[in-house]
Amino acid sequence: MVSANSELTYDSKIEGDVIVSRADAVINWIRSNSMWPMPMGLACCAIELMATGASRFDIARFGAEVMRFSPRQADVMIVAGTVTYKMSSAVRRIYDQMSAPKWVIAMGACASTGGMYRSYAVLQGVDRIIPVDVYVSGCPPRPEALLDALVKLQDKVKREPSASKLLSA
Amino acid sequence: MPRALEALAALKGRWAGVADRASLDHPAVNVPAADLLAVLKSLKEEHGFDMLTDVSGVDWAAGARPRFTVVYHLFSTRSHEYVRIAADCADDAAPEVPSAVGLWPGADWHEREAFDMYGIRFSGHPDLRRILMWEGYPHYPLRKDFPLAGIETILPDAEVVAETKTGAIAAPMMGGPFVAHSGGINLTDAEPRAKDESWTERRPKPGA
Repeated sequence: MVSANSELTYDSKIEGDVIVSRADAVINWIRSNSMWPMPMGLACCAIELMATGASRFDIARFGAEVMRFSPRQADVMIVAGTVTYKMSSAVRRIYDQMSAPKWVIAMGACASTGGMYRSYAVLQGVDRIIPVDVYVSGCPPRPEALLDALVKLQDKVKREPSASKLLSA
Repeated sequence: MPRALEALAALKGRWAGVADRASLDHPAVNVPAADLLAVLKSLKEEHGFDMLTDVSGVDWAAGARPRFTVVYHLFSTRSHEYVRIAADCADDAAPEVPSAVGLWPGADWHEREAFDMYGIRFSGHPDLRRILMWEGYPHYPLRKDFPLAGIETILPDAEVVAETKTGAIAAPMMGGPFVAHSGGINLTDAEPRAKDESWTERRPKPGA
């Protein structure tokens, strides 16, 4: 009974090599399923980020296993850790070097708000210098939380009007 | 008699300015800044205190005399004892002591940190730059007159400042004291919470 459901699936003999879809759906499908992260590991959250990338939690299941240490090849910056004022200019410059479209995940309490470091030395939330798409709570968050943030970001990307943005750019 | 006490007794006999210092744990002496290097050298080469474990600064608050003190902790890898050497800075406005980098290369970053946090200059240091805060930061954060919340300051990178319109802000600890509840089995309830969450850095504390 291998061929029982064949009429329900795409059949190139009937439809030819043509698929009808929306440009947004196609572009967003491509973008959301291979987001290459820029691991901005600054503190202990980076350890959880490494765990997320390693075999047990395996971020490859969501197409984001290609950690790129060059911002020019990355799509999503994962700010994992405490951003000090001294480091903040470097974070902003690295963000500026990423090519559009680009997104940011603020991982953990420190990156989101400064966390427990209310002091003269720590930036009170990375959203003061770069636009953040997803915030992850936790100190540090478990790898599942980061994976959830990635899925949330994929959902967000799937809702973007990518085609009109590309045409107007 | 332990070697540390012997060594300090020898120092007191040799330098008139060396005096006992109140201490709860290790033997300690006060040393005039002028004799500091000679005393450290003697401890290292003649008394076996060959390891410099710490160099730190003390700010006794504005108005105190002397205001700044530099404290050295030496360890002997032979007799396994510590001694503490403290030197008061003569000048309260521009505190300065001689650098110990010539004796222990490891003093380099300790002295840079003391300089960064207290503004104590170490004369003869090969590379006395800030080590934690950025170059050009105008304050010394561990001085007593520096507020806990910090002081509003411009960030070092002019381009980033122009782009983001942000700077280092004063971030007061809002709503304290922070109180943890037993919360039973629910860990969310047990988390420490501020007693007064009505004020933030954007909404000043009422009546303050």
